[in-house]
Amino acid sequence: MAGIITVDDILTKYKGRPDALIDILHEIQDVQGFLSDTSIIKVAEALDLPASKVYGVATFYSLFTVKPRGRNVIRICESAPCHVLGATAIINALEKELGIKMGETTGDGKFTLEYTSCIGVCGVAPAIMINEVVYGNLTPDKIPHILSEYR
Amino acid sequence: MVTLTIDGRKVQVEKGTTILDAAKRIGIDIPTLCYHPDLEARAVCRVCVVEIEGQKLLQPACAYPVSEGMVVRTNTQAVRQARRMAVELLLAKHPQDCLQCIRNQNCELQALAERLGIREVRFERRLRGLPEDHSTPSIVREPDKCILCRRCVETCQNVQGVGVLFPAGRGADTVVTPVFGNDLADVSCALCGQCILACPVGAISERDDTERVWEALADPSKHVVVQTAPAIRATIGEEMGMEPGTLVTGKLVAALRRLGFDKVMDTDFTADLTIIEEGNELLERIKEGGVLPMITSCSPGWIKFGEHYYPDLLPHISTCKSPQQMFGALVKTYYAQKAGIDPANIFSVSLMPCTAKKFEAERPEMRSSGYQDVDAVLTSRELGRMLREAGIRFDDLPEEEHDDPMGISTGAGAIFGATGGVMEAALRTVYEVATGSELGDLEFEQVRGLDGIKEAEVNLNGLTVRVAVAHGLGNAKKILEMLRAGKANYHFIEIMCCPGGCVGGGGQPIPSTMEIKGKRGRALYLADRNMPYRKSHENPAIKQIYAEFLEKPLGERSHQLLHTHYTSRSKY
Repeated sequence: MAGIITVDDILTKYKGRPDALIDILHEIQDVQGFLSDTSIIKVAEALDLPASKVYGVATFYSLFTVKPRGRNVIRICESAPCHVLGATAIINALEKELGIKMGETTGDGKFTLEYTSCIGVCGVAPAIMINEVVYGNLTPDKIPHILSEYR
Repeated sequence: MVTLTIDGRKVQVEKGTTILDAAKRIGIDIPTLCYHPDLEARAVCRVCVVEIEGQKLLQPACAYPVSEGMVVRTNTQAVRQARRMAVELLLAKHPQDCLQCIRNQNCELQALAERLGIREVRFERRLRGLPEDHSTPSIVREPDKCILCRRCVETCQNVQGVGVLFPAGRGADTVVTPVFGNDLADVSCALCGQCILACPVGAISERDDTERVWEALADPSKHVVVQTAPAIRATIGEEMGMEPGTLVTGKLVAALRRLGFDKVMDTDFTADLTIIEEGNELLERIKEGGVLPMITSCSPGWIKFGEHYYPDLLPHISTCKSPQQMFGALVKTYYAQKAGIDPANIFSVSLMPCTAKKFEAERPEMRSSGYQDVDAVLTSRELGRMLREAGIRFDDLPEEEHDDPMGISTGAGAIFGATGGVMEAALRTVYEVATGSELGDLEFEQVRGLDGIKEAEVNLNGLTVRVAVAHGLGNAKKILEMLRAGKANYHFIEIMCCPGGCVGGGGQPIPSTMEIKGKRGRALYLADRNMPYRKSHENPAIKQIYAEFLEKPLGERSHQLLHTHYTSRSKY
């Protein structure tokens, strides 16, 4: 099993460092795709923090998720500039193209649609993120082409 | 010192004072909501905003420190508008079922809406429809009523050091909840109810058992016996509109008789009994090399906390049941026998300062009499409701005495309700039992008062007995961590779950600030001073119950009825 990073490996690295909570959650989500109940309890135990607090942090930030998601996570910015410049039309296009609603995952497990707070690219609003990649200046007709890169 | 101007008047206060406190000095009461005098200010509700000259934005008075030359205005058009806006936004998300709410007329949001003259809410009502939590016998959560002030979170995390409540989610979707949105029954909650005292609204409350007690009182086949916890006599007056710290023992007894209880007896009696059993247990542990330090076991919130978070330390906890449960076990055995009543027909009610007592009464091991030993637990607040519904006015009541035989008690029993009281009561008895000589000064001042952790030493025939007292689970944790590390060099430790001890219990009247708790505690020490007997072992009813029934401390019957065991529980 060499080469596969486990939750325990991550926690060993940060043992006794409650200040590293957010880094730990990022690393766990990177290897597991989401933050499971078991992982949250393990983190609380390792850092001697209340589990409610770890869960609170995991649910506060929109880049963390406590539910399993598709292989590609599409995040639509829900901040005001994107909204004003047509985020709703982008959402409609995404929902139509993927056949799912916001917050859902496609049956084949390939895509999840969710909202995010501002991703800091208001200059190219409306914008979305697919995994780590930002797409800006969007119009609904650009969506099928963008998605085809991930199918 | 810092000089500033508030509403055109100069005021001089110490550096570090908040605008809120500075304004109070000159008689200006800035409205607040998320602020609580015993908790760190979070400044999330924006109700206490004020104008500060030279600042563009309004600032929260509860968290903003004064500075030299500062000019503050607390009652301008902009301030009033901002406050109303903040409250209207809260009301738009609030059920507003005030008439049916458990906190009707004792709700900070309701009072604020009245004070700010809010007659309409300009926003669309949007309720979240969040599920209620009725999972425990002690605490009810109604998250739809929550205004996200975080006072319960601050209390649970930082005062009690438990941390089962925390905000999850963000913005408008935030919910204060146990981990994973679980119910309280599924997490390691001590059920202390301090969150209830902290809550400004009806989002967290006690499970109301008044209906079950009304039913028992109305049932002619039931012999309904009530026990009154030590702390109640110093707090129930507040439910009846009296000042904090008013001692109402005799009126309480009279009121309970008027409600229809067949016998009104006293938990103070079994508090005395606890001292005899626990004192002897301590001496036995010292003599026979048992597990030391021994820790008191009266406080069910502490017991449940210990079972979840310190299961390795359970052998340190005295095996004595709490006074409530000793009373419960005896009322359906000793008293039933003496009075010639079938225990099946006895309905045993306890009047407690505490929500965790409701859980304790329902523990499977609390059926030593063959029945559930305590059938219903009422908090001070619930009794207050019953008394008000019945129209009983304390002003017009005579002072009456508790019933025999389990109504006779001592000053030692009375002080159980204040932090340090169990320790002081125990020392009075342990000293005399161990040395055979009379204790000169009965008052152990070192263990009194509201310091978080108190220590004392007592010389017992050459053996220096070292004791410690902690109240509030946050303080208890400090001692328990020392104990785990092998650094708690004590013989005997008193732990009370709630800050201030039982006078600050989660079932006590709201508001329950540290200032109020201090007054209540002093009332109990006054009760002690006025009692004919002040040492548990001098209680004639205690001597009688050993002679007639129990035979001897730590004897077979005691083990069967008065002692218990603990259960290791999960931390998560």
